[in-house]
Amino acid sequence: MQELSLNILDVAQNSVRAGATLTEITVDEQPADDRLTISIRDNGCGMTPEQVGQVTDPFFTTRTTRKVGLGVPLLKMAAELTGGGLEITSEPGRGTDLRAVFGLNHIDRMPLGDIAATICSLIQCNPDIDFLYTFRHGDASFCADTREFRAVLEGVPLSTPEVVAYIGGYIRENTAEIQNQSSSDGGIEP
Amino acid sequence: MKSLAELQAIRDKMKNNMGVRGDDTGNIRVVVGMATCGIAAGARPVLQAFTEEAAARGLTNVTISQTGCIGICQYEPVVEVMEPGREKVTYVKMDPDKAERVVAEHLAGGKVVTEYTIGAAK
Repeated sequence: MQELSLNILDVAQNSVRAGATLTEITVDEQPADDRLTISIRDNGCGMTPEQVGQVTDPFFTTRTTRKVGLGVPLLKMAAELTGGGLEITSEPGRGTDLRAVFGLNHIDRMPLGDIAATICSLIQCNPDIDFLYTFRHGDASFCADTREFRAVLEGVPLSTPEVVAYIGGYIRENTAEIQNQSSSDGGIEP
Repeated sequence: MKSLAELQAIRDKMKNNMGVRGDDTGNIRVVVGMATCGIAAGARPVLQAFTEEAAARGLTNVTISQTGCIGICQYEPVVEVMEPGREKVTYVKMDPDKAERVVAEHLAGGKVVTEYTIGAAK
């Protein structure tokens, strides 16, 4: 994985497979605290305490096709390399809350990369469930909410290529706007 | 900043087109492997290229979706093309340029790009 947005795409699919109807993805950059927090929260089937304990083990997976599961361990490693870490809280029937904390300016922090492409891929491949993407930089933030888009679309699928392209543009333009507003506060480009 | 009015315009345009599509006969399914192995190998830009190229060519009979790991991680990014009445075609070690060619020659033209298939990758 060369971009954190690819880890997000990978790990968010665990939420999809857990039967989540809403997956909330938040990227929170706090330059003053030199901290980047990525959180992925879903209302899927959740995990038992035993499963939560095993999920960062590369040799644990719920799939039966193979014996390895690398998604969460790779994200955990990426966070730990920057002096941060990964935390998961989960409850069967309620959902799962994953938080990965990174040193924002740490030399080993991978760039966030094309987060708009990640969110678009998730929406395009799973048009019948909802995603809420929030980007925060300092005090400024914006959201891309498929529930809001869905209300406008009146039955036109979210996976329609033109709609996917619109959402990608929406995320890119809003992210750029927030970053331009605060380019003087010492944060680095993602 | 993009406004929701822009999305409303897309909706109205799509609603007018939807009638044309009719039922799903003749629908081609393109499935991109998007597990950890596929993503690490570059599946996301491949999915993007299929979507953009199919849209640019106005191929409304193509559905693009994802699947998990199908067990041939060394060949990722893997893309499967399923058409009613034809054998499934498995493309391996894909990239955005190859995806464009598959859209042009296979999805639009009906001719399998044999050199990118798993049979040719030995």
